[in-house]
Amino acid sequence: MSHTSELISTDIDLYLKTHQEKSLLRFITCGSVDDGKSTLIGRMLYESHMLLDDQLSLLESDSKKLGTQGSEIDFALLVDGLAAEREQGITIDVAYRFFSTDKRKYIVADTPGHEEYTRNMATGASTADIAIILVDAQHGILTQTRRHSFITSMVGVKKVLLAVNKLDLVNYSEEVYDKIVKEYNKFASNALDIEEITPIPISALMGDNVVNKSTNTPWYKGQTIMQYLENVEISNKNLDKPFRIPVQWVNRPSSDFRGFSGLIASGSIRVGDKVKIIPGGQSSTIETIITGDREVIKASAGESITITLDDQIDVSRGDILVDKKNPCSEADQFQTRILWMHDDPMMPGRQYLFKSNTQSALLTLGKLKHRIDVNTLDNLPAKILEMNEIGICNISLDRQIAFDSYDNNQTMGGFILIDKFSNNTIGMGLIDFALRRSDNIHWQKMDISKESRAQQKLQIPKLIWFTGLSGSGKSSIANILEKKLHSLGKHTITLDGDNIRHGINRDLGFNEADRVENIRRVGEIAKLMLEGGLICIASFISPFESERHMARTLVSENEFIEVFVDTPLHVCEKRDVKGLYAKARSGEIPNFTGISSPFEEPLNPEIRIDTTVTSAEDAANQIIEYFSK
Amino acid sequence: MNHLATLEAEAIHIMREVVASAENPVMLYSVGKDSSVMLHLAKKAFFPGKIPFPLMHIDTMWKFSEMIQFRDKTAKDLDLDLIVHINPEGKKLGINPFIHGSSKHTNIMKTEGLKQAMDKYKFDVAFGGARRDEEKSRAKERIFSFRTSEHRWDPKNQRPELWNIFNSNINKGESIRVFPLSNWTELDIWQYIHLENIPIVPLYFSKERPIVDRDGTLILVDDDRLPLLNGEIPLLKSVRFRTLGCYPLSGAVESKANSLPEIIQEMLMTTTSERQDRIIDHDGNASMEKKKQEGYF
Repeated sequence: MSHTSELISTDIDLYLKTHQEKSLLRFITCGSVDDGKSTLIGRMLYESHMLLDDQLSLLESDSKKLGTQGSEIDFALLVDGLAAEREQGITIDVAYRFFSTDKRKYIVADTPGHEEYTRNMATGASTADIAIILVDAQHGILTQTRRHSFITSMVGVKKVLLAVNKLDLVNYSEEVYDKIVKEYNKFASNALDIEEITPIPISALMGDNVVNKSTNTPWYKGQTIMQYLENVEISNKNLDKPFRIPVQWVNRPSSDFRGFSGLIASGSIRVGDKVKIIPGGQSSTIETIITGDREVIKASAGESITITLDDQIDVSRGDILVDKKNPCSEADQFQTRILWMHDDPMMPGRQYLFKSNTQSALLTLGKLKHRIDVNTLDNLPAKILEMNEIGICNISLDRQIAFDSYDNNQTMGGFILIDKFSNNTIGMGLIDFALRRSDNIHWQKMDISKESRAQQKLQIPKLIWFTGLSGSGKSSIANILEKKLHSLGKHTITLDGDNIRHGINRDLGFNEADRVENIRRVGEIAKLMLEGGLICIASFISPFESERHMARTLVSENEFIEVFVDTPLHVCEKRDVKGLYAKARSGEIPNFTGISSPFEEPLNPEIRIDTTVTSAEDAANQIIEYFSK
Repeated sequence: MNHLATLEAEAIHIMREVVASAENPVMLYSVGKDSSVMLHLAKKAFFPGKIPFPLMHIDTMWKFSEMIQFRDKTAKDLDLDLIVHINPEGKKLGINPFIHGSSKHTNIMKTEGLKQAMDKYKFDVAFGGARRDEEKSRAKERIFSFRTSEHRWDPKNQRPELWNIFNSNINKGESIRVFPLSNWTELDIWQYIHLENIPIVPLYFSKERPIVDRDGTLILVDDDRLPLLNGEIPLLKSVRFRTLGCYPLSGAVESKANSLPEIIQEMLMTTTSERQDRIIDHDGNASMEKKKQEGYF
């Protein structure tokens, strides 16, 4: 809020009326560390008289204690609100600040410059209308400038203000400014999908061209930052797009009302309009539209509404109501752009949770096509994505979803990836297009079922999955178990880690990505064995919870028996039947589980065998006992 | 759409997202103006249905008596499912801001009380009315703010929050605090109350009230539990409150404003921020962040 408007004291009612009609502009400040993002925001708040006495006096005392500007006010302290930020003098997470001018109301997200906190920068960028990208005039365009510009453009920000900052430290040199602007334009035209770049020479610290035109840059004839913010055009492009509303929640207060609630993602809708429900493709007609507590005849993008339809069609959360004449598509396989946000790298083959608008699914990462070097914009071959890396990757989902490409519709094409175990948000993704191959491969239905094959063998198919360190005794127990089952007349098959790697998996190594693929294939083979009605015994180190879980989900719930052969590392190492531990210790074998690669202990195995107190024979009996329950 | 309509649509979207994904949500109802707005938005979000979750007030036994009256009337008028929780141990110990200090009182009656109630009723999501413009650590908090099973907030390790896709997944025992008013400012709240005719506690409007002046903080003599100092005589002053909490910890401001436009006018022309009247924020640097980490709302 600006505290300068005359109207406040003379005619508060009129002031409120004008204020009420202001539009909202959301923007971010981004750029490299120490380019002055927080300082710029602090300066804008200060110069637009947004700071109150108590905040100012606190800022003055904080500046003396913690500031980096000597005896001057350190405006960065206004936004760096976390204790750790103030102590270290850096920005860790996005801060949201609010102010308004006579024309507009602003929400500004001040984003961190450190590469480590890129995920927090992306958080701020994803909701921004425009971006202010700061560049320190002394250093020019840096890797982080490019990274932030790339992410800004990737999430769909079309207008950028390039603030060339700290001009006071280069004697307000027009030459330095021109050089930086030229370099940035060259980078942007090659790499970014940005419609308009507006450069402004500033000193956030001294206040040059922030709110008021500076006398230090007589050669600059353009707008100040505040003038730009007041005048930049932001049209709501979503209004002109076809109608889409993701159904968030079904409102059923009584048997005679059944409403579908959601936020309109794009377009507009009127009572009587024809819609389609995707996935599925059923058609219906809008009967009523409710916003807040009243009925309306029309609603548009950005409004939260509740809709009723004129028939009893089945609609639930995750369905999308779309314009019948301009529907979206549905698919379960896509090419996507992914920004990875977690310490644990992204592994093709691994499963994560997918969440877009209101749709959730189980996602399996396909092959990584390449990653993008944000500095050189080269496409580099890559097997995995590390934190803060961006890559092009295929994904497949366990169900069909409604979608548009992200470039056409952000709500319909943006998604997040969630870790199945920690529930952390570990990546963001944008749908480019659907892969049509799944359309052309149809599931062939067979007349003889798994059940009939199993019945013929008078048994129930099972997958007995042994996991444990190398040398823990998995194979010995598996061997005895199979002999026992065989003598009981059961039809069995054993898949063994070493044997599989001699055949179908001989192209795979032992790095984490290959280990994930190894287990994925084994899981699929085991699934086929169970389809054949067999009892399948799988014996693999299978060190990651993720892949064991994937194997478990490939078969039916009661078919999977996880046997954790729990032998302590020092015991395995002492036994060292194959001499592998000695080699691993001497560094001859890299990525050896237990030595140089982790083993994630199963959390809830069906059976745990402590081989220090249980013989292989007893272990096999224990499994058969569990089995025949 | 103007900015208030945008903020309203966003808050309603957030509330529906919680109801669609949470097992057992609750709305923290503090009886203040922000809670009044939140309640109003909830009515709209689920219309024509009833609000599909209970409201919970963590009572410290030192709230203004007018707040309690307003709370009970609101619950009755709107037919709300209202839970009132008072920390029983605090009650037994007779925790008192005068004897035990503001910090201990707030910690035991509010923070501990809230954690107890969350565990007791096994709520997995709690709505709070906090706004990002209130305080610097709030400005950093996500809309869906994750809490460990010990109710702790880890400000250095927040989940990324992309677009308006909210990750509501949690493991058993963990919880999420959700702030639908994150992007509202104090002015937005007042203006919305004005436009939508939302009922608020009369303490926000100026009236002659018995006051004692303690080092510049004007304390309302709300009941006879307020210990008067030597020679201290309550004086009738025309005052109102910008924030409401425990009466011994909420300073009044001298004012003549008794309509919403006048309140807004006064707010816009004032030179101090609203939380200055709140005594707990001044307990130490970064005190709000510390309190929040420990589970304060």
